[in-house]
Amino acid sequence: MLSARVDLPFRRDQASRFLPWLIALMVYLAALAVAVSAILGSAAQTWRNDLSGNMTVEIPPALHAPDAAEATEARVARAVEILRAMPDVRSAEAIAAAEGLRLLEPWIGAGDIAFDLPLPRLIDLQIDPRAASDAESVHAALEGEIPDVRVDDHGLWVERLLALIRSIEAVALAVVLLIGAAGILSMVFVTRTGLAVHHDVVEVLHLVGARDRYIAGQFQRHALNQATRGTLAGTLLALATIGGLFLVGAGPDLPLMPTLRLGLGGWAALAAVPATALAIAALTARMTVLRALRRMP
Amino acid sequence: MTTPHGNEMDSTEPVVRFENVGMRYGAGTEVLSDISFDLEPGAFRFLVGPSGAGKSSLLRLMYLAQRPSRGLITLFGHDTATLPRTEMPLLRRRVGVVFQDFRLLDHLSALDNVALPLRVAGVSESQVRAHASELLEWVGLADHLDARPEVLSGGEQQRVAIARAVINRPNVLLADEPTGNVDDRIAVRLMYLFEELNKLGTTVVIATHNQSLVSRFRHDILMLQDGRLIVPGRTRGTAA
Ligand SMILES: Nc1ncnc2c1ncn2[C@@H]1O[C@H](COP(=O)(O)OP(=O)(O)OP(=O)(O)O)[C@@H](O)[C@H]1O
Ligand SMILES: [Mg+2]
Repeated sequence: MLSARVDLPFRRDQASRFLPWLIALMVYLAALAVAVSAILGSAAQTWRNDLSGNMTVEIPPALHAPDAAEATEARVARAVEILRAMPDVRSAEAIAAAEGLRLLEPWIGAGDIAFDLPLPRLIDLQIDPRAASDAESVHAALEGEIPDVRVDDHGLWVERLLALIRSIEAVALAVVLLIGAAGILSMVFVTRTGLAVHHDVVEVLHLVGARDRYIAGQFQRHALNQATRGTLAGTLLALATIGGLFLVGAGPDLPLMPTLRLGLGGWAALAAVPATALAIAALTARMTVLRALRRMP
Repeated sequence: MTTPHGNEMDSTEPVVRFENVGMRYGAGTEVLSDISFDLEPGAFRFLVGPSGAGKSSLLRLMYLAQRPSRGLITLFGHDTATLPRTEMPLLRRRVGVVFQDFRLLDHLSALDNVALPLRVAGVSESQVRAHASELLEWVGLADHLDARPEVLSGGEQQRVAIARAVINRPNVLLADEPTGNVDDRIAVRLMYLFEELNKLGTTVVIATHNQSLVSRFRHDILMLQDGRLIVPGRTRGTAA
């Protein structure tokens, strides 16, 4: 019937009554920061995988030929031919001029004028991501026959996206660390308040021969108890929020939008949040009490 | 002088020895000066003196609630100044204290209050309960095991405090004004209780104002005046 005995009247302690709420809030915020960071990290991975080996070859229009359109078409055909002959190339598909125009429609509008514009033609190129070929070698293979050809492996775009995601991850980490620091400070404050409130009881325990670690253990157990309730609430709320995000993300397919996922590492990091919160609560309470008791004779 | 903790010390060695002890609270002036005395095993002393003379302060030094600002205090052969902090609780468990204001924990029942010293010492729960209720019976409170201190009379609280002080079978029992809040009839009964413990070998020191008790129960006295010991009992030192 009796669980672990507690000699201190913690129920009278106003400050520690707020502790579960405080911890719930902190765990919630930290878990969300971790989750968002993990979701972005996993999305970045998806983008990187999707784009690795994918290149766009840009063939400039043959402006000075007598029949410009025909000459351009011939260059495209030749380029596709060269590319398909390369061992690492999985596919090389010319994007039809009309298709290219359609992609431009949002910017220049639909209409006939567009046909007169000397637009470059694009070839969608997929090479074996594990192969040695890169934008440079593709360019080298083409440049002899196709003047001014450009090969874009989206490297810059991916680089910048990854840099952005890394920055967001760094901010999320900083947020989590700050929440941890705030958690430690709150625990120190609440524990010190508890020590002041229960000073008389603590002194009696001390004088009847309780060891410091016995008294610290009582505070620690109480802190762990309070923290467990807060952590549980905060974690459940965070899971519900993440579930909500997944539901929103699972809506109609958006271009370039990967499915939201946390990944194994993300789930592990998320699980570490409540575990860390409990450890911080218990250990901070213990250390704070031990420090305070050392001032008693 | 450096026997390991436990009861296996020379039976003639004093359980308490003060040598030129001085004490101040914080940065204040000395409330105790040049205190020197010995307590042999089985001694019974009244600690007397006017209010403010330092009786409670002297007891606080003995139950290790306070450190001396100078001088040497030896408890059961251990120099309390050099004893490691982890050993102090073991000494405290050998000194039972009845505080002037009892200091019962008002959120605990009488039984749990009495049980406290055993619980903090890690004694098994079945032994704790048996022993605590036995002691409450001994002080005549068998019907009040579950009563909170607030519903007990002053004299009943006092007896709970005494039961708590002796449950560890301490070698030394210190009582600060134990008869302050009770009528003479109960005061005398309490004194018999202390004498009973003393006959079992417990060294007893009782701080009191009660002159009639001091003259009725003939025991050596330690008399304090202005923080100095003027009737130092069987002490080796001399008061200036
Ligand atoms: N916690 C404290 N801080 C500062 N001074 C104190 C403290 N406790 C006691 N004193 C002072 O120490 C001196 C001795 O006090 P103490 O309580 O030891 O006297 P006492 O002999 O027990 O008196 P009483 O018979 O009234 O209980 C007094 O001058 C008192 O004001
Ligand atoms: Mg006093």
